[in-house]
Amino acid sequence: MSSANPMDLPGAPILGPGHTLGTVTDKIGDVVLTRKTPRGWLGGFAIAFGLLQLMLLAVVNLLFVGIGVWGVTIPIGWGFDIINFVWWIGIGHAGTLISAILLLMRQEWRMSINRFAEAMTLFAVACAAFYPIFHTGRPWVAAYWLLPYPNTMGLWPNFRSPLIWDVFAVSTYATVSALFWYVGLIPDMATLRDKTGSRLLKVVYGMGALGWRGSIRHWHNYETAYLLLAGLATPLVVSVHTVVSFDFATGLVPGWHATIFPPYFVAGAVYAGFAMVLTLAIPLRWYYRLQDFITMRHLENMAKVMMATGLVVAYGYVIEAFMAWYSGNTYEMFMMKNRMTGPYAVMYWCLILCNVVTPNLLWFKRLRTSIPFLFLVALVVSVGMWLERFVIIVTSLHRDFLPASWGMYAGTKYDWAAFIGTIGLFLTLFFLFVRVLPAISMFEMKTILPGSGAHGSGGEAEKAR
Amino acid sequence: MSQESFVDLSMVRRRLAGSGGRRYWKSLEELAATPGFQNFLEREFPEQASEWSDPSGRREFLRIMGASLALAGLTACTRQPEEKIVPYVKSPEQVVPGRPLFFATSVLDQGFAKGVLVESHLGRPTKIEGNPEHPASLGATDAFGQATILGLYDPDRSKTITNRGEIRTWGAFLTALQPALAAQKALGGAGFRILTETVTSPTLAAQLDALLAQYPAAKWHQYQPVSADNARAGAELAFGEALAAQYRLAEADVILSLEADFLGSGPANVRLIREFSGRRRIEGEHARLNRLYVVEGSPSITGAAADHRLPLRSSEIEGVARAVAAGLGLPVEGADRAHAAWVGPLVKDLRKHGGRSLVLAGESQPAEVHALAHAMNGELGNLGKTVVFTAPVEARPLNQLASLRDLVADMAGGEVALLLVLGGNPVYNAPADLALAAALDQVPLRIHLGLYQDETAERCHWHLAEAHGLESWSDARAFDGSVSIVQPLIAPLYGGKSAHEVLAAFLGFGDRAGYQVVREHWKGLFGADDFEGRWQRAVHDGVVAGSALPEKPVTLASGDWVRPARQARNPGLEIAFRADPTIGDGRFANNGWLQELPKPLTKLTWENAALLSPRLAARLGIAVSSTASGATTDLVELRYAGNALKVPAWIVPGHPEDSVTLHLGYGRRKAGRVGSGLGVNAYALRRSDGLWFGAGLEIRKTGERAILACTQDHWTIEHETQTTKRHLVRSADLAEFERNPHFAREMSEEPPADLSMYPAHTYRGHAWGMTIDLSACVGCNACVVACQSENNIPVVGKDQVARGREMQWIRIDRYYQGGLDNPETHHQPVLCMHCENAPCEVVCPVAATVHSDEGLNDMVYNRCVGTRYCSNNCPYKVRRFNFFLYQDWDTPSLKLMRNPDVTVRSRGVMEKCTYCVQRINQARIDAKNQDRPLRDGEIETACQSVCPARAIVFGDVNDPKSRVTGQKSSPRNYGLLADLNTRPRTSYLASVRNPNPDMPREAGPGAARASLELGSGPDV
Amino acid sequence: MSQVFHRSMNTLARASLAIGLLGAGGGVGLVMAVSRSPYATRQGVAREQPVPFSHQHHVGGMGIDCRYCHTAVETSAVAGIPPTKTCMNCHSQIWADSPALEPVRASFRTGNSLQWVRVYDLPEFVYFDHSAHVNKGVGCSTCHGRVDLMPLLSQETSLLMEWCLECHRAPERFLRPKGEVYNAAYQPPANQLELGKQLVKLYDAKPRTSCSTCHR
Repeated sequence: MSSANPMDLPGAPILGPGHTLGTVTDKIGDVVLTRKTPRGWLGGFAIAFGLLQLMLLAVVNLLFVGIGVWGVTIPIGWGFDIINFVWWIGIGHAGTLISAILLLMRQEWRMSINRFAEAMTLFAVACAAFYPIFHTGRPWVAAYWLLPYPNTMGLWPNFRSPLIWDVFAVSTYATVSALFWYVGLIPDMATLRDKTGSRLLKVVYGMGALGWRGSIRHWHNYETAYLLLAGLATPLVVSVHTVVSFDFATGLVPGWHATIFPPYFVAGAVYAGFAMVLTLAIPLRWYYRLQDFITMRHLENMAKVMMATGLVVAYGYVIEAFMAWYSGNTYEMFMMKNRMTGPYAVMYWCLILCNVVTPNLLWFKRLRTSIPFLFLVALVVSVGMWLERFVIIVTSLHRDFLPASWGMYAGTKYDWAAFIGTIGLFLTLFFLFVRVLPAISMFEMKTILPGSGAHGSGGEAEKAR
Repeated sequence: MSQESFVDLSMVRRRLAGSGGRRYWKSLEELAATPGFQNFLEREFPEQASEWSDPSGRREFLRIMGASLALAGLTACTRQPEEKIVPYVKSPEQVVPGRPLFFATSVLDQGFAKGVLVESHLGRPTKIEGNPEHPASLGATDAFGQATILGLYDPDRSKTITNRGEIRTWGAFLTALQPALAAQKALGGAGFRILTETVTSPTLAAQLDALLAQYPAAKWHQYQPVSADNARAGAELAFGEALAAQYRLAEADVILSLEADFLGSGPANVRLIREFSGRRRIEGEHARLNRLYVVEGSPSITGAAADHRLPLRSSEIEGVARAVAAGLGLPVEGADRAHAAWVGPLVKDLRKHGGRSLVLAGESQPAEVHALAHAMNGELGNLGKTVVFTAPVEARPLNQLASLRDLVADMAGGEVALLLVLGGNPVYNAPADLALAAALDQVPLRIHLGLYQDETAERCHWHLAEAHGLESWSDARAFDGSVSIVQPLIAPLYGGKSAHEVLAAFLGFGDRAGYQVVREHWKGLFGADDFEGRWQRAVHDGVVAGSALPEKPVTLASGDWVRPARQARNPGLEIAFRADPTIGDGRFANNGWLQELPKPLTKLTWENAALLSPRLAARLGIAVSSTASGATTDLVELRYAGNALKVPAWIVPGHPEDSVTLHLGYGRRKAGRVGSGLGVNAYALRRSDGLWFGAGLEIRKTGERAILACTQDHWTIEHETQTTKRHLVRSADLAEFERNPHFAREMSEEPPADLSMYPAHTYRGHAWGMTIDLSACVGCNACVVACQSENNIPVVGKDQVARGREMQWIRIDRYYQGGLDNPETHHQPVLCMHCENAPCEVVCPVAATVHSDEGLNDMVYNRCVGTRYCSNNCPYKVRRFNFFLYQDWDTPSLKLMRNPDVTVRSRGVMEKCTYCVQRINQARIDAKNQDRPLRDGEIETACQSVCPARAIVFGDVNDPKSRVTGQKSSPRNYGLLADLNTRPRTSYLASVRNPNPDMPREAGPGAARASLELGSGPDV
Repeated sequence: MSQVFHRSMNTLARASLAIGLLGAGGGVGLVMAVSRSPYATRQGVAREQPVPFSHQHHVGGMGIDCRYCHTAVETSAVAGIPPTKTCMNCHSQIWADSPALEPVRASFRTGNSLQWVRVYDLPEFVYFDHSAHVNKGVGCSTCHGRVDLMPLLSQETSLLMEWCLECHRAPERFLRPKGEVYNAAYQPPANQLELGKQLVKLYDAKPRTSCSTCHR
């Protein structure tokens, strides 16, 4: 069916017609179990893996030569490293939000996108984690001094520092997201175990399935665990980016020292996250012909969420500017003036274009339901969110209190190598994920099959055939 | 203590056993003679480590270093390598391991002595302090004095005797010398010439006279690119005899400087800064301020200190001088009436302070102006009061330019068979039109003694490695004639010879040690009876008691200065040459500290530029902009007298409109690995008919761009309004101050002490604090180098400075106020404020920067992981980060130089001012060991002790009687950015200027805004 | 359809969880143990020296005062290693031709220093001052142990930062009367704590724990 057909749209289904338990399993399962790897996949993977090599290059050079290979300097002590850290962490938000919050809200349409959204989250967090570890240029010391343990120096880390809070916030988030994702995978792994012909795969998926047999008891435990994790994950969605925003909000740099940061960072994160989910979902459904599972309804819903959060972010910008003026504080006022008219004004206005103007186009249903346009918007938003972090970090630092010590910043080729490298890492992981695990939750899809109220299990599905 | 220090000491001791070890340094004389130590030093200096100025090379170096470092880091958590202890075999007297000794000596500045005390750790001189007993020092030094220590250990110094590039021995040189000398003996020395720089050393002079007695027809020439020719000629014009003027600034209420940069350079500048600043300081609310008028053709720190500054092309200054003289009633012609509005009130002011005023003329002004200055002082009754005269201090005063001209003529004429160049680098720094190099090649035998294998060494048959001033015995006179004995702190690292030893060889005593020569000479002067006593005292004190030259009564001879020699006005552009403010005439080109030292006004480092006025820049369409990789500017071509140079242009507010300043000392080809190939060679344009300025300069934009390393880009000019809004530097006129002494405090409100959410910490015991008096500070830069030397601060090179990664812990911020054409300039030394509510401390995740119980903001290098969060959160941006392995960990000689009491930082570590905590701890421990309280003033930070202006005061703010507490109670005391509630322990005393109320205030803030668009904007 | 796994796998799966957790915990424990072990700190490891100098003999046996050799200890940061001359003061007569002392005589003859192995080796970024300690009643043996019983000197204490802090945070536990500072055999009395408290007052011993006390 052509999902672009406007006729279907009012209350468009979240699952294409004519599907049975069997077809769902086949359609999704075959993507993984098919013997020969599709050309397109190979091509895409090759590119992603190539980019990943850039990261290795950047890291080796960084560790052996020093942080000076980056563009950072005094007064701009943070550059691409923290910009990209915040950017990735933000992207990593959608997954848990979709899984946890939408689950608790019983939003059934989440079921076809939560699996790869969660995967995307994990990979984004992995990319984000790269930066705090390496941005000191000497990870070997950072590693064992940042963690609190009774060391021979009789010293503890400084718990007043937001960077320490980051360590805990991010690692907790990563752990819980991983658990959540894995627990969700168990029944599907069982399905694959039972479906695959190859002995080896049976063992591999079997181990992953942890002996899942789809008994009522299993289902019961599963449901409980899943709900508990959802409850556990929900506050994290808010906490992580709040803590990240403290890195700036607790500083006294004009442009950082603002109480609005936590909410507006969280909104920005969801915004960026959904943009990334769209960026991945659109090609995915197209390439693997999954239009029936990721329907226009999903895309449109995501577009709506994106627009809503986008407007919150825009509000944040407005308040920032207003507060700068309303405070009557010399430094704040100059900071805002410098953002809008200073050397980096171009960045600021591009940011406004990407994050304030663009999402508002989604008011129009016609645009909202045009897949190419959505894809474009998603990309623009990702760029916009990167620019936002650039503006917050660089333009605030480069002209702070003493005009005598102002400076300029530009990323070096190694900054770019590291950045593009993490994108490579992200895509590499995602390609592997799509190949070896079901990108869409099979058993959850079945729960929304017409006529199936209760849960059907992968195992039973097999017997049913 | 580092292992090296022990190694060389065992050597020291061994020699001691032989030499009965009378005095400490004597044992060290043989130090370098030990083969092990020799090649230890001569080992090829690692390629990479020298690449200060070449980023790519440096990267390469760092890549390699980084590797070993990464591993070091990985193994750090296990165990450290085994260390050896190498004790003395017999320990020399006086030496207590772990405690430094101080020895008095002198460093030479343009041939004149400036007394210093040198700190020596187990035989390694590590730090230079001023000598309070010495008239030219009074306990302080200038930046050059501080940097001498790096000059001593410079691994690029010439290490051997060479003949046409081949390494030779001293003996070989002596044998080669004999026939040439014999030949000259026959001719009575007719073909024998000696070229020295300015000589004040009595011993050297005696040796030269002896030599000239042996070779009656031989000639002794002197040349130095920055000499006192004009001053000497001026005195001859005015008094009919060569005299040296000495100024008593403390006595002068009104001072007129005719382009005299008496604060910035000259043999007495350190003393003059002390006297000048003494009269700028305000105790409490009462002031007896002096008033300074400056007319100058190129911005200088003296001009920056002026209450009234008149920027004019150097050629026009004579006209103004004549106008002032005429105003004072002197019978002069050629007065320039154009500036009557400025001259009028000035003349009234001078008259009002007859006998308590002073007129000085700068070396860059012709003899007539000097004569006029003397005449004016005579008219004002200042002679003998604010200015006194003595016989010339130089051993043989002569017109050095004429002297060099004669020498070149003789050489070109083939009359010279044997030339001895004792120091100096004439091939590089002689005026272009003399074509010295070509003439030099005519001389059959050329011998050069020098510290470096420089441009002159290259063109001489023999090059003798010279012993550094801290390695050799000598003597020298200070500005007032007082003689200092120069004693070595360490034996010649590379076995160099001093000028005394070389001359001794020419006199036929090839084996005479400098020590003997100098001692012999003084035996003659002191007399045999009680020689030892007097000698010991002279050496110990660093100055020979009562050796200052007596004052001479003078009478003005109405002379040729009445009529102007040349016609003043010349149309079109003018070029002005000045010695570089940080590397002088080029002799410090290989000194990384001085290269990286921001020039006082332009804040440029590592090279020179064509300095021009904002208006000229606007006319030429020069655009200066700041980028992440440095300040980019236009490359202009200067055409002058048939020669041309491509130079980066740099805009300097307050520069005379129709002139361009070019600093000497750059464009060295053979300075060494640090100094070669930096900047452009101004000597290529300099002509003997206009050493200091000349008309007929053409300038054009080439269209090419150049990148300069400037530590303080044009922000302060563009955003002058921001600067004033933020009340960073606070200043007032004397009148305003007397109306409201508390003006500075009222400019911004400081939050109450209890504003913090955390309970306020109370400091029992000591609480360290500092004040900096902006009225006294003249921006001389001495503190910056002193800090670098005391705290083992690395040099990072042009590329890194351009990226904003300079490492100096104390910087001097320069702010302009008023119009771009003639702004008021303010200097503000900024170091760590040691905030009581330090923003850097809360954000450090590993607690690497925390507060001490005495209120210091401690920085723990070995704990720092390098997140750079502290620097981001520091409103003063005083923290410095080791982005690469900046510190040179390989070069042996540099290891000897380091201060053993301060950790040598490594890559990825944040660092900053510690208030010289090593000095605080040492003093505290000594006091405790003696069961006594610390005395106020017992602890002096490096920047404080070196400050010629005594602008910096450090002490215990908990002690109600301490000096610093007194300063902080001054109404002028204010904290920088204190409105952020950082509660800085370092505070500033607002500057008070003393302008003449009758003087028209030409440049107000209005003018500033009007001329703002002339300031160049940054590009994106 | 045959079972993929044998039922024993269930137990194995559960066990592996426990093993994983224990392993992680054990790893951390190991690191902490190693960094405190003599392997890392060299605590109690006797060191080869060019000359088998015995403190036991010279201090315990002859009763030579510490300061006879370590002359700078009361005035300087470093205690000072004696110059060869000091050894020769006696050994030019006593054991004048013992082969064990040949390196000493050689040093005195040739003027080449003896090269001792540093036993108490603090990192370069730590600035310790002997004078500050001995003048406040910290005895040599408090840190250097019973050297009078050591034939070959070994590092008595760990020299870890936590060890320094033990005393800097509670000096009263270690201070002794100034007269006893150089007494290697000194044994703290039963009432060390109250004695210590008095001494802290008496000597005005205020050990600081600010970073810059030792790191600069």
